[in-house]
Amino acid sequence: MKVLMFGWEFPPFSSGGLGTACYGLTKSLSKKGIEITFVLPYSAEISDADFLKIIPAGNIKIRKITSVLQPYMSSQDYKNIVRKKSSPKIYGSSLFDEVYRYTLAAEKIAEEEEFDIIHCHDWMTFGAGIRAKQKKHKPLVLHVHATEHDRTGGHKVNQYVYDMERHGMHNSDKIIAVSNMTKNKIVENYGINPEKISVVHNAVDFSQHCFDENFEIKKNDKVVLFLGRITLQKGPDYFVYSAKKVLEQEKNVKFVIAGSGDMEPFIIEKAAELGISDRVLFAGFLNQDDVERAYKMADIYVMPSVSEPFGITTLEALKNKTPAIVSKQSGVSEVIRHCLKVDFWDVDEISNKIIALLRYKPLHETLKENGYFEVKKFNWDVPAEKCMQVYNELISKG
Amino acid sequence: MVSVCFYFQVHQPLRLRRYSVFEIGHNNNYFDENKNEAIIRKVAHKSYLPTNKIILDLISNTDGKFKVAYSMTGIVLEQLEKYAPEVIDSFKKLVETGCVEMLDETYHHTLSFLYSKEEFKEQVEMHNKKIRQLFNFKPKVFRNTELVYNNDIAGFVEKMGYNGILAEGADHILGWRSPNFLYRPNGLNKIKLLLKNYRLSDDIAFRFSEKGWQEHPLTATKYASWISKINGNGNLVNLFMDYETFGEHQWEDKGIFEFLKHLPFEILKHEDNDFVTPSEAIKKYQTVAELDFPHYVSWADVERDLSAWLGNKMQQEALRDIYVLEQSVKSSRNPTMIEEWRKLQTSDHFYYMCTKWFNDGDVHKYFNPYDSPYEAFIAYMNILNDFRIKASSLSAVRLVE
Repeated sequence: MKVLMFGWEFPPFSSGGLGTACYGLTKSLSKKGIEITFVLPYSAEISDADFLKIIPAGNIKIRKITSVLQPYMSSQDYKNIVRKKSSPKIYGSSLFDEVYRYTLAAEKIAEEEEFDIIHCHDWMTFGAGIRAKQKKHKPLVLHVHATEHDRTGGHKVNQYVYDMERHGMHNSDKIIAVSNMTKNKIVENYGINPEKISVVHNAVDFSQHCFDENFEIKKNDKVVLFLGRITLQKGPDYFVYSAKKVLEQEKNVKFVIAGSGDMEPFIIEKAAELGISDRVLFAGFLNQDDVERAYKMADIYVMPSVSEPFGITTLEALKNKTPAIVSKQSGVSEVIRHCLKVDFWDVDEISNKIIALLRYKPLHETLKENGYFEVKKFNWDVPAEKCMQVYNELISKG
Repeated sequence: MVSVCFYFQVHQPLRLRRYSVFEIGHNNNYFDENKNEAIIRKVAHKSYLPTNKIILDLISNTDGKFKVAYSMTGIVLEQLEKYAPEVIDSFKKLVETGCVEMLDETYHHTLSFLYSKEEFKEQVEMHNKKIRQLFNFKPKVFRNTELVYNNDIAGFVEKMGYNGILAEGADHILGWRSPNFLYRPNGLNKIKLLLKNYRLSDDIAFRFSEKGWQEHPLTATKYASWISKINGNGNLVNLFMDYETFGEHQWEDKGIFEFLKHLPFEILKHEDNDFVTPSEAIKKYQTVAELDFPHYVSWADVERDLSAWLGNKMQQEALRDIYVLEQSVKSSRNPTMIEEWRKLQTSDHFYYMCTKWFNDGDVHKYFNPYDSPYEAFIAYMNILNDFRIKASSLSAVRLVE
């Protein structure tokens, strides 16, 4: 079976869960004999050799579309670009122009390639998917890793992005949602028939990048970690407010924020205002190896997301034997039992649970052992098989 | 001859509040009074009151041939006295028939035998006193919390003057033997051992409404025929179960009350069958053998061991931590403190922390007021920390005096 896949980011040049998910899924699909042509925007600086390092030889072929925008922008990069433009509006249109250019280039690739199924990841690729479907009359699968409602926390939804998502969803043959939560949002906010949507929960890659080591920071302090884009969606503000409450009770704790994003200045100022700057450390955007090290260094991982369609970082934390406190407003909380669950706005409860984990050793140990055991079920073969099932159903329908 | 011996467990824990770490040192209020009240009222109306009425009618309609035994914890009695006193009255009426035996257990439904024999003894004596006061009945047969049993418990309880004790008829203890006889605990002569026939008990308690079960629907006639079949292979069938089986675990609309109403008559149709209380069984039958229980056995889960309460590190630590306080709490001679400490020993608090079945979610989840065993542990440990502060300030006061 041949799949034409449209994506927007791919490790090691990725900024978030989308790239991680695409990589894990394609790797596992290819292992199962699926041939994949992965269409991807890339900046001129990235060479073929860079890709060859990460792509397992064999069934995966990368087709690149040169793009003036760097595809793996963090929110901060975003902001810098906005600043250089005369007004944010102009910037907005240029991003969408860029997406349109990608769509046209993708259409050309679709004409050249042979495939049985089209599989698109998130809104930027939906236009390309629809064109490919029109050209070759093959079934179109949309994989929704996040909706505009998640990215914006429900505020200031970008109408253009929403329309693009909605149009894509209504013109697809099947939608894959990364959680029941996301499925429900697609039904409620985009008016899609629930029967058209399959839920395929994400997984985690178990290849070992680094090993246990002694961290200087841990000599006197325990470490509580936030890892993700510093944006409204991820709830970094709730993390800092919780840090303040915890520090009123427990002295030897450091709070590490790893990631970058448009809320970073606000969070830095907030930490100063709360008088905890010496206890809140900003690690910036981390590469893959450092991400693993951060999990290993941490005693507790906190994911206070306002709206998290899945939340692969939780699986990554558990894989590194770090107990997790997870927002109930997340897909991962549907499937992981051995973590602590909180409402993202409930700063008292987040703090209560952080302190409990710091104080009660048996709690930490039980969560660590059971979480590590549980996360092993989440390897990429499971979602890959579910995707293949979706492919087969569509193909047999003709 | 087959004698059927029914024993029903009546217990409702005092559930704890979701006590936060920020309340430590500021809040004395550990128990979720509203939830406990709502649950006890619900269970009283769905289960205790209608079932008591059926049992009372059965006793009178069989001219006293139908008999049952109850073990009621002090914790549930206190809650009933407070929120549903009509239930206490209906139990009094049952005891007055002379066809109902009351058993003894630890007042607070605890695992105290594992940690402090002295504390265990005090709790059993408290319970004995409570049953005498309320029902004018002096229990002579003992059942331990969750049927936790081993040789030592039997020996200890015999010394306390009991002539019977109840235990799970666990396969790994019985081996080829049948639970349908009276036994002797290892090395003891006075006290007799009654073993639960878990297959027949669970047919009612767990499988009654289960559609996938090949015997579903279970009729009184069918069940009575299983009892009669034991004739020749045993003489005593011990059917032990939670009283909430009737109307709470198995719902009225599934026919559990109708089943109960008909069962005694169906069983008595066979002239070799009758009903006995545990004390009557002990008088009526000879023991057939001595049974060795070197390790703890309980009636919980498929393992029939202590793992439902002591299976993980959280449970082990929480239990250790509460019992470590015994000396300081008792030396305070403060009745409120001692009572609060005992209420924190109730085994349900530790059951809620069980992670054993957490992967599949089942019976544990049904009984768990918390979203997860971790939540249960956090609330418990926060409360315990507050309690510890209170205990140490009290003993400091005593030192000053």
